[in-house]
Order: sequence, then structure tokens, then C-alpha cells
Amino acid sequence: MNARLRRLGIGLLVLFTLLFGQIAYVQVFAADSISQNPANATRQYIAEYRIQRGAILAADGTAIAVSERTKGSSIFKYQRLYPQGDLFGSITGYYSRVYGTSELEHSMSPYLSGSDGSLVGATLTDLVLGRPRKGGNVVTTLQPSLQRLAQTALGNQQGAVVAIDPTNGDILAMYSNPSYDPSPLSDPRSAIQTKAWNKLTNDPSQPLLPRANAELFPPGSTFKIITAAAALSAGYSQQSIWPSPHSLQLPGSTATIQNFGGEYCAGGASHVTLLEAFTESCNVIFGEVGLKVGADRLSAQAQAFGFCSIEPPTQVSCPQNPIPFSDPPFGLTSEAGRFPVSSYFATRQPALAISAIGQDNDLANPLQMALVSGAVANNGLLMQPRLVSEIRDSTGRVVQRFPTKAHGQAVTPQVASSLTEMMRNVVANGTGTYAQIPGIPVAGKTGTAQHGTSANPHAWFTGFASANGRNIAVAVIVLDGGNLGSEATGGHVAAPIAQQIIKAWLEGGA
Amino acid sequence: MSWSASTPARPKGKTGLALLLFAIAAALLAYTTEGLGKKGKIPTGLPVYGVLMVAGFLIAWLVVRKTARRADPVLLPVAALLAGLGFAMIARIQSPEPQLASIAQSQFTWIMIGLLAFVLTLLVIRDDRQLDALTYTIGLAGIVMLLLPVVPGVGATINGAPLWVHAGPLSFQPAEFGKVLIVIFLASYLSAKRELLASGVGRFGLPRVKDLGPVILAWGTSLVVLFLEKDIGASLLFFGVFVVMLWLATGRPGYLLLGLVLFVIGAVVGYILFSHVQDRVAYWLHALEPAHVQAQGYGQLAQGWFAMASGGLVGTGLGQGSPTLIPLSWNDFIFAAFGEELGFIGCATLLLMYLVIIGRGLRVAVERTDDFGKLLATGLTTMVALQTFVIVGGVTRLIPLTGITLPFVSYGGSSLVANFVILALLVRVSAGPWTRETRDPEKPRKQREPLWISKKDQAAAAAATQETA
Repeated sequence: MNARLRRLGIGLLVLFTLLFGQIAYVQVFAADSISQNPANATRQYIAEYRIQRGAILAADGTAIAVSERTKGSSIFKYQRLYPQGDLFGSITGYYSRVYGTSELEHSMSPYLSGSDGSLVGATLTDLVLGRPRKGGNVVTTLQPSLQRLAQTALGNQQGAVVAIDPTNGDILAMYSNPSYDPSPLSDPRSAIQTKAWNKLTNDPSQPLLPRANAELFPPGSTFKIITAAAALSAGYSQQSIWPSPHSLQLPGSTATIQNFGGEYCAGGASHVTLLEAFTESCNVIFGEVGLKVGADRLSAQAQAFGFCSIEPPTQVSCPQNPIPFSDPPFGLTSEAGRFPVSSYFATRQPALAISAIGQDNDLANPLQMALVSGAVANNGLLMQPRLVSEIRDSTGRVVQRFPTKAHGQAVTPQVASSLTEMMRNVVANGTGTYAQIPGIPVAGKTGTAQHGTSANPHAWFTGFASANGRNIAVAVIVLDGGNLGSEATGGHVAAPIAQQIIKAWLEGGA
Repeated sequence: MSWSASTPARPKGKTGLALLLFAIAAALLAYTTEGLGKKGKIPTGLPVYGVLMVAGFLIAWLVVRKTARRADPVLLPVAALLAGLGFAMIARIQSPEPQLASIAQSQFTWIMIGLLAFVLTLLVIRDDRQLDALTYTIGLAGIVMLLLPVVPGVGATINGAPLWVHAGPLSFQPAEFGKVLIVIFLASYLSAKRELLASGVGRFGLPRVKDLGPVILAWGTSLVVLFLEKDIGASLLFFGVFVVMLWLATGRPGYLLLGLVLFVIGAVVGYILFSHVQDRVAYWLHALEPAHVQAQGYGQLAQGWFAMASGGLVGTGLGQGSPTLIPLSWNDFIFAAFGEELGFIGCATLLLMYLVIIGRGLRVAVERTDDFGKLLATGLTTMVALQTFVIVGGVTRLIPLTGITLPFVSYGGSSLVANFVILALLVRVSAGPWTRETRDPEKPRKQREPLWISKKDQAAAAAATQETA
């Protein structure tokens, strides 16, 4: 019987060897692939929430997103908080177990979670010393005071403000109104997340939509900066003379272009200069300019300012943004402005005239228009927008810098200088007088963009100024005329907002 | 290790005591660590549980020393470590949820009751031959215990299986004790009838039907357990132990083959007839498929895997993981909870502890010179071994999951007490009657195997003899 007992022992040992093999398979060899199963979401989140995610900081060090120990009992050790409430919602995005991540919380996640290679050094030390892993801090270029001002200035009007430093492309402020507080979307209790999410997604004012950089609107007369740039680059001067009829008969068509409010340009003179037409934003003249300059030059100029070429009517979405917005140093899902390729106009001359005044298939957003103003301000050199300047590890050491980067020369310095004079004239003597700042020459261009048949026009302003060693370029849109409704113009509604932002930044530098 | 039979050379009693104290210290350390990991402070129950645990196991050890002087010194410490670690993990899983609010206190109470049962078993059964004398009484009691839950009026269905019996305010699973009684019965019956069963009559060498009767009855009982109580795990366990003991007693591999055939038939018939058997197989095969992984049944196995995978090689540390995400983490799936918090190393250690029990149990069987002692030790050991294999294999998805407890570790009173009784019986058998045959321990024992011993067995026995010589 003892021989059989030995065999039994071997048999049982074989069974247990199978168990050893199976636990080795589950816990060691296949552990990673098992853990990555989508159904393992809770545990993946627990692991993710076990480490302290890095903070997102403003340029002055103000915390705009932080991770803190969860209060009360929760399986999640840390929770994400946004100390500035709804001020930076469309920039930080949200960090939700239930609804995923967005914006910087999404694009900067490898840094914030500490998994990026640049943070591995600290991670290994932490592992050896048994310290919990900590994420890296993302330092942005944002100025909280300007962001706050943008919020206050827009008030209850839907719209957006983008302010950049034109010399390096740094985003100083970027605010979409209404915004949202991302904190409830990262609450440890998923019921609270769901409640907040439903409220936000059912809100007709769409607070989750980043209007400043991800939505597109007709740019209206602000596009005349680009048309003027094309004309100047083509050899026309500010003083070039253009016939000024009451309305422009479009070639091969019965359609006409009229000036704003059906008025004569420059009090009814038969001819006006390019400068006068720009200062008063005469549609008729700029229709003529578009036709004279031609599709090739206009399309190329728009592209040089960072617009994406589209081929309407079949292809109206941008296949690839000319500036890689989604990657650091910007990191937000964004849309470049859109302008048709020149071939589109070959058989559509009327469209060329209408496109020259920022309608038809032209689209832009405050980010795009701030880049346009910024390029003019920066001697024609278009800088890529930069939102994240550097990554610091939990001890404060800089582990990664994102240098500023030029996108390309949009216009020659001579043209830029000429455009600057024209834009200053708009604010000094034209449609943009509400943007004036005593003692500081402000350059700008207004826009009152029709959209749809019944909606009130969007009010636009984009401009720039320098003083006290500081530079700023701004673009403002107030949707559907804001509080002025059908009476709204870019000069009345948007320019005063831009003026406040420019003034605050330039005088803050004194 | 030599497998040859000789009077056991046991370590001194103090070795057992040292091992026992080490086991208790390790268990209490685990309990403290889980408290620190979970709440960041030393659990308030530590002094009370610590004192009671040391006192309880010391009394058990003293009783072993008093009543079973030559007993194996390792069995009790290993069981103490398993029970203590199980308690620590159950305390870790305890949460304010109504179902889990007092599982740690409850489990601790059952450990103490289990120790009481251990002590009483040793005190009442001073010599295992007492049991050999009550063959049919014990067999009948075992079958009654197994069938009790399906008797109308006393049985109760909890979690879909009619395994429970209510006796006043208490409810327990009589099958846990029934299994022990049946093993004793089989040991007794087979040791008496082994020659009849082994020799066979007629052309095909089949045993006479009247000699096989009780055996068929036992097999039938296991089928009843399967079909009426839907307890696949218990049925499988029971059947496995039965086949092993039959083969061991008779030395006829045909019984193993027959057992395998009957098992396959039972499995196929069970699969065709019962939806819950089909479900178990489906859960096992498709646990991680996207279409099923969120569903109950599949999801439990998936969560067990996720927990073990997240533990990796060394685990998250006690109190640092999330074993509460696993359904039934305190009971059937406690092995996965260990997998998460102690990792592969912890799981392997648990399995090694069971291997120690199995190794010691089989060694006891080898050391015993009488058939009853051998068969009883083997049956009890095999039961613990198969139960561990079935539940760990089920939780790790090596085999389809059948809901049984992990011996000494899982939450549950009936199982814990029954396992302490098994432990007491093993200890008793290990202390067993060495005086039945008077012989010189230095001299190799003469082969008294019957004539049907196979050539291979003879060779093995010869080798063993040489080894001792």
C-alpha cells in the first residue's frame, strides 16, 4: 500500500503543480494583459487614483488643477479638484472615471500621471524607497488675472476671448463663456459625476464646448486683415485708390455686395483709399480687392496665417490642422480657421468677393484670429500657440521644456508694418474706437459676422498693442450680438472687452 | 524524505510549540498589517484576538501533548497559520455593509469553536480503533448528514443550493461533517473488505455484488448530492476521495479507471441535464469575453483574475488592494483576495502550506502499519488536498468553479469546524497505535503485502527496503 501512497503523493503533487503553473500564468506572465481588460476599469482607476496626479499650474504658480487625498471613505485614494472653479474648465478639461478625460487632463496625462519617460527617474527611486509614485506638474503660460478679466468682461454673454503674447505665441488667457467647473466630474462618487454630466450636456448654452479654439464661426470683417495683407503683398499700397459704388455687382451673377447697413463708404466719395476702406470696413471695396488680388494670392495668404485649406462643397472639414494643436506645447483639441483652395474660386468669382470679406466658406475662431493679429504684431512672423511651457517633477525640478516655435512668415515685415498702421487707424479713427487706450496705440479690426438668416450677428474684435515691454494680441467673439442683439457690432460689443484685456496686461507690466 | 515505513522519529514536542508560536505570531502580524494598510492604525481588536488565539492554540497543543504524545508536531501549527491568515484577510475584507459588518468576529468565534471541536475530538477518541469498531453506524450517520438538507422541513436553500440545515437559531452545512464520517466509514469498511474487493471472483475477477454494495451506496450518495443538492463541488470531492481510497485499498488500477469513466459519465449527464452545470462551464470558458465579462458568474471569475493579476509577483500589500471588488471575496474567492494583496509569492506560500499538510498526512499514512490507519489518514488528507485543488483551480480558472471553501481559510463555521475535526483525526492517527505489531524499529519491516501486488509495486517496495537498509 505504501507504493500506492507514494503514487498518490505524486498525483497530488502534479495537481498542485498545475495550480502553481496557473497562478504563475495569471499573476506573472499574463498579469499585464489581464489587467488591461476593459472590464477591469474599476481596478485600473483605483491604480490610477492611487498615485497623486500632478497639478496644472498657471504661469504665476496658481494651481488650476490639483489632486488631494479623498475625504471620507472611498476606494479611490486621491481626487481631482479645480480650485479656480469654472475659470479654466475648457483648458484643463475634466478627469472623470465615468466620462473619460479631455483637454490638458487628456493630452498631458502621461506627465500628470508620472508615466512619461521624463519622469521615470524619480519613479524608479520612489519604487526602490517604497515611496508612492507622484505625477509631474504641468506649468502653463496662463495669466489668471487676465482669464478672470475675460470672464468678467463677457459677463452673461456667450462668447470667447483669446489673448496671446505675439512674440512667442504664449497663451495668456483663453476663456469660453459659459464655462464649467470640472470638479464634480471627478467626484469619487460616480452618481455625482453623472448628475453633473447630465446637467452640462443638457444645458443649451453648451458649457462643455471650448468656443475659443474648437468651434468655428464666420470671421466677418476681421478677415479683411488677411485680404488687406494679400493686397499689400501683391503691391497695392495703403493709399491705392478703389472705386466706391453703393453696391458691388458680382461678376457673372445678379448678386451684389453691400456695405454694412447699406451705407456708402467714406460718406459717399466716388473713390476711396485701401486705408479708408479698411478703417470703415467697407465690404464693397474689399469685394473688389478680393477679385483684383485673385484667388491664388488670397488663398495662399490665408494659409500663411495658419488657415486650413478646404475644398468646398465636398470637403468642408479640415483634413489636418496646419499647426499641430493637439500636441504639446498646446495640447488642446482645436480647429484652425478654414479658407477654400484657390481652385474652388475658378468657376465661382462671386464666392471670391464674398470670401474676401469673411463670409461664404470662411471660418475662424478667436484662437485663429489672435494668431493672425499676433503675426502682424510680430513683424509678420506667425508663432505657434504655446499653452504649456514646462513639466516639473514633484520636487519642482524641470524635467521637460517646451520651447516656443515659429510657424512661418505670414507676411513680410514691411507688409506687417503697413498693416499695423492700418489697424491702428481702425482703433484711432474707425470702427474700433472702443478699443482705445489713452497713451497706447492699439491696433485692431472689428467684425460683425452674419450667420444664418434669423440669428443676430456675431460681434468680433481682434487686435494688438505693446507697451511697457509687454506685447499682447487679442481676439474676442460675442455670439449673436451678446446683450445688444441685432444692434450689435464688433466695435460696440467686442472691442470694449478686448480693450480691457489689453489695458490690464500692458499696464500690469508698468 | 524517506517514504519507507518505520517507527516515526518525531521532532521534540518543543519544536511543535515553537512552530505554533511562530504561526500565531505570523497570523497576528498579518492582522496588524491589514489594519495598518486599511485604516492606517493598529486594529483595536489585536490584544483580545491575540490573547485568545495564543490561549486557544496553546490549549490545543497541550491536549495534543497529553493525549497524543507521539503525534505529528507540524499539522497543528500549519493549520493555525492558515486559519490565522484567513482570519486576517476576513478582517481586512470586513466592511460596514450589513452582510460583512461582523465577519471577522464571527470567523474568530468559529476558529475558537473549531479548536474546541479539535480538543473534544482528541479527548473523546483516544484511539482511532474506536472508530473502526463502528463502521456501519458511522456510515449511516454520514449518509444521513449528506442527505439531511434535502429532507423537507429541516433543509434550507441559501445561494441557490439546498446545503443548509436549520437547528433552532443555528444553521449549518451537515455535508461538511458528512464527508468526514463517510471517509471514516470507507476507511473502516475497505480495510475490512480489501481482500475481497481486490481478489474478485469469476472470469473477469469482479468482486461480488454483496461486497460492493456499500461502495455502490456511497457512490450513489455522491450522485444524490450532485443531483438533489446541486453541490457539484462536494460531489466531486466526495467521489474523488472515494475512488482514491478504493484504489488504495485494493491496489487495482481498474477502480481508478472505472472512477474516471463514471466521473466522465456523471459530468456529461450532469451537463446535459442541468443548466447550472452548463452555466459553470460557460462561466469558466468565457469569463473574460467582452460579451459576458460584466455578467454575473462570468464577472466573478473575471474579477478574481483581475484581482490576482493586479497583485502580480509580490502583491499590493495587506490592506492596500481592493479585494472587496471580488464577489464572495471572503468565502469561495478568498484565494483571489490573497492573490491581490500578497501576490504570487503569497499564493504560492499558501499552496505550499497545504502541501505540507498533504505531505505530513501521507507520511502518517505510510508510517501507520495497519490498513485502517493508513486508509483513514489517506482519505482525510486526500479530502483536504482535493478540496484545495478544486477551489483554487476553480478560482484561478484552471477548472470550472464549484463553490466550496478553502480549508481553514474561507469564511464559514461548518467548514472551519469540520476541518478542525479532520485535523484532530489526522493528529490522532499520527499518534496512532504503534504497538500493534511489536518489532525492532531498526530492522527493515518484512513485506506483508498480499499476493496481488504488481511487479512495479514489488520493485518499489524492494527499492524502499534497500533504502532503509
